[in-house]
Amino acid sequence: MRNCYIHSAVSISAQNTFASEDFLLDVIAHNTKKTQAIYPNFKDFIAPIAARRMQTAVKMGVVTANKALQIAELNQPDAIITGTGMGCITDTEKFLNSIITNNEAYLTPTSFIQSTHNTVCAQIALGLKCNAFNNTYTHGNLSFESTLIDAQLLIQQQEAKHILVGGVDELGTEFVEYVQMMEAKESKGIKVPFSEGATFAVLSSEKKVNAIKLQAITTILEASKEEIILKLEAFLAVNDMDANSIDAIILGNNGDAYDAYYELTATSLFPHAVQIEYKHLIGEFHTASAFAFWLGTKVLQKQHIPKDVLKNSRQNKSIKTVLLYNQFKGKDHSFILLKTC
Amino acid sequence: MQVKELREELKEKIIEQLNLEELSVSDIKDDDALFGDGLCLDSIDALELIVMLDKDYGIQLTDPKEGQEVFKSITVLADYIAERTNK
Amino acid sequence: MPNEPTNKDTAPRVAVTGMGIISAIGNSVQENMEALLASKSGIGSISKINTVHADQIRVGEVAFSNDELISQQQLSDDNNFTRTSLLGLFAAKEALKNAKITGINSYKTGLISSTTVGGMDKTEQHLKTFKTSSESQKYISSHHAGDSTKKIAKQLGITEFSTTISTACSSSTNAIMLGARLIKAGKLDRVIVGGTDALTKFTINGFKTLMILSDEVCTPFDEHRKGLNLGEGAAYLVLESETIAKKENKSIIAYISGYANTNDAFHQTATSENGQGAYLAMQKALDFAHLKPAQIDYINAHGTATPNNDLTESIAIKRVFGDDIPDFSSTKAYTGHTLAASGAVEAVFSILALQAQTVFPNLNFKSKINETGLTPTTEIKKKPINYVLSNSFGFGGNCSTLILSKE
Repeated sequence: MRNCYIHSAVSISAQNTFASEDFLLDVIAHNTKKTQAIYPNFKDFIAPIAARRMQTAVKMGVVTANKALQIAELNQPDAIITGTGMGCITDTEKFLNSIITNNEAYLTPTSFIQSTHNTVCAQIALGLKCNAFNNTYTHGNLSFESTLIDAQLLIQQQEAKHILVGGVDELGTEFVEYVQMMEAKESKGIKVPFSEGATFAVLSSEKKVNAIKLQAITTILEASKEEIILKLEAFLAVNDMDANSIDAIILGNNGDAYDAYYELTATSLFPHAVQIEYKHLIGEFHTASAFAFWLGTKVLQKQHIPKDVLKNSRQNKSIKTVLLYNQFKGKDHSFILLKTC
Repeated sequence: MQVKELREELKEKIIEQLNLEELSVSDIKDDDALFGDGLCLDSIDALELIVMLDKDYGIQLTDPKEGQEVFKSITVLADYIAERTNK
Repeated sequence: MPNEPTNKDTAPRVAVTGMGIISAIGNSVQENMEALLASKSGIGSISKINTVHADQIRVGEVAFSNDELISQQQLSDDNNFTRTSLLGLFAAKEALKNAKITGINSYKTGLISSTTVGGMDKTEQHLKTFKTSSESQKYISSHHAGDSTKKIAKQLGITEFSTTISTACSSSTNAIMLGARLIKAGKLDRVIVGGTDALTKFTINGFKTLMILSDEVCTPFDEHRKGLNLGEGAAYLVLESETIAKKENKSIIAYISGYANTNDAFHQTATSENGQGAYLAMQKALDFAHLKPAQIDYINAHGTATPNNDLTESIAIKRVFGDDIPDFSSTKAYTGHTLAASGAVEAVFSILALQAQTVFPNLNFKSKINETGLTPTTEIKKKPINYVLSNSFGFGGNCSTLILSKE
């Protein structure tokens, strides 16, 4: 069975992660309920004739994907796989509201055709003139994780060598208000801002200098805290590891009551591992965990942990293996193992 | 309305409706091809313009193929509208 | 790169052991089969959605109302199932029953579903009352496309693996494909694969803006075709590793022999003039199955009856099959275009064609498309059928082809 290596990872987030070479050096504190990502100047990357129909998700996706390909020195991937929780929600809201406002009259097609979930993936393929395998997952907070599962399968089964994967979600304007309104009714709701972003990566069967290995990934639909501990131990065992093999854990704490999952995992299994959190910096959204994938890759490559993500004291040893754990409201759990080669 | 004014109005509407924000009215010549090599508009733009014709000028095209002729250039489009309205 | 042995040829074969469907032509596999054999279309006037376009469109509606589906499935009164979820659950349950699966977790079993509209049928009714009405608010969380899959997984007791695909009108073909790949790789023993989409105002108006909705029953592959009819429905297949199906003495109703996923990379909605994406999908699926074009006995075409699709699909078929075009038909004039569900709906029809050794006729065809001159099969045709090729193409250039076989 072939290994799966990460040749590049690029992220647009609510921090300056796209344009800056610094690794989360000067972070921005977000004290608002919602926050947009920090956009690059899209006009520098997308021709006006192509950009005129694109909303934020498509722009973020296309630009991030192209940079990921560039860093990996890849012109044409063998597959492009995208994950998105809400899809192109801006155009969805736009078309929906014009139906309601105009009572189904004088509607134009642009926002409808751009509203489908596969628009980002399609526009990446269109820009590259890439006829290869093209897939879009939309499975709540496992949308990005599904792209990794598909990509790993394509590589392991030798159906593809170089694969572009990514997760992207945009904030939109209306639906997010309703979601936040419901969240505000929770006794211990999400504390970090609602946000957006795009993370793309090139995965490959070829080992490169400094490449990081995607060792394993698994997803669990629903489980209690106690079951998660057992499932995590089993996941590590399948990969010939135990809790002591993990040097750092990256957790998806967002301040809500379900952070208890992370707390129990950290204290009961990984008291000696370096503990990293990130959602206070980039916010919460369906594909926020793709940022953790970017973060984990960078930590392993740079052997450095930015102070604003470090949650406990840093041990003075090298970081060879990182575990990512994310969940949402006690559902949509995912474990991802990244390793240096 | 004079045909000349109508042409300028159409240019403004096209830029706005099709989100051609990098263009200004002076960039579109009266006889430039709107589709193909000229302005590079496509089939989706044609559908957008069909709705504009209906909404702003009360002219209904039922067959998208008709659009190919009508939207040939600003001159052709302006003449087409002028013939069908009393503006 | 040295030639390493691949798993492709040594991996277990993927057997289909059950299927379930709900569509405009019936609420079970049996009812769908009867309608196909009787050349009976399910296209009619819209009755369940209040739209100003009602007189100008024809649609393929599922007969059951939401209330009927809810009571049949014994859901609680305060449920927040959307129509997409209700249709999906209905068809998925039939598929499991049909495959005689009782202990869902006696083998590693997954669910891969697909949808384009997700919970839109409820969102478009409640959007403007989300702020004020508690009755509306329960549908905020059911909007996203993964919701229907999660609800179906929960009802079926699936805990192992589940995901949702959304590649427009090729979605459920890609769900079938992922399921087959997971079985071949040994990651799952069994998987329920398919898709579901309800009719919505959103899609009716969307396709209306593209001016590709016909005001009559659609006429696939006809020179004078006026566009498509939207439909709704859901369909699922149960895929099992052949090894396990045989061990369990299951009756195998078909095999997934080949598949391919490509992208036309030409335009967000229009297809390339030579149908490149469609051509590549068919050709790659044949290569994957180690089949020559001449071995295909029947093509269940995508055939939406839009001017663009039917022309370029015909061109692509001619490029793959040359002068020796197999019997082909589109079944969209029976069910309407069921969007994300269409690939799975037509996979069910392809298996029925294998079982009945029958080509289902392409309804409403009168004259050949000038540019391509192809004539679909227009009457029930009994003949030996071993391999069926089924096409599904979508917005965003997504093209997928599936090959199903008897043996």
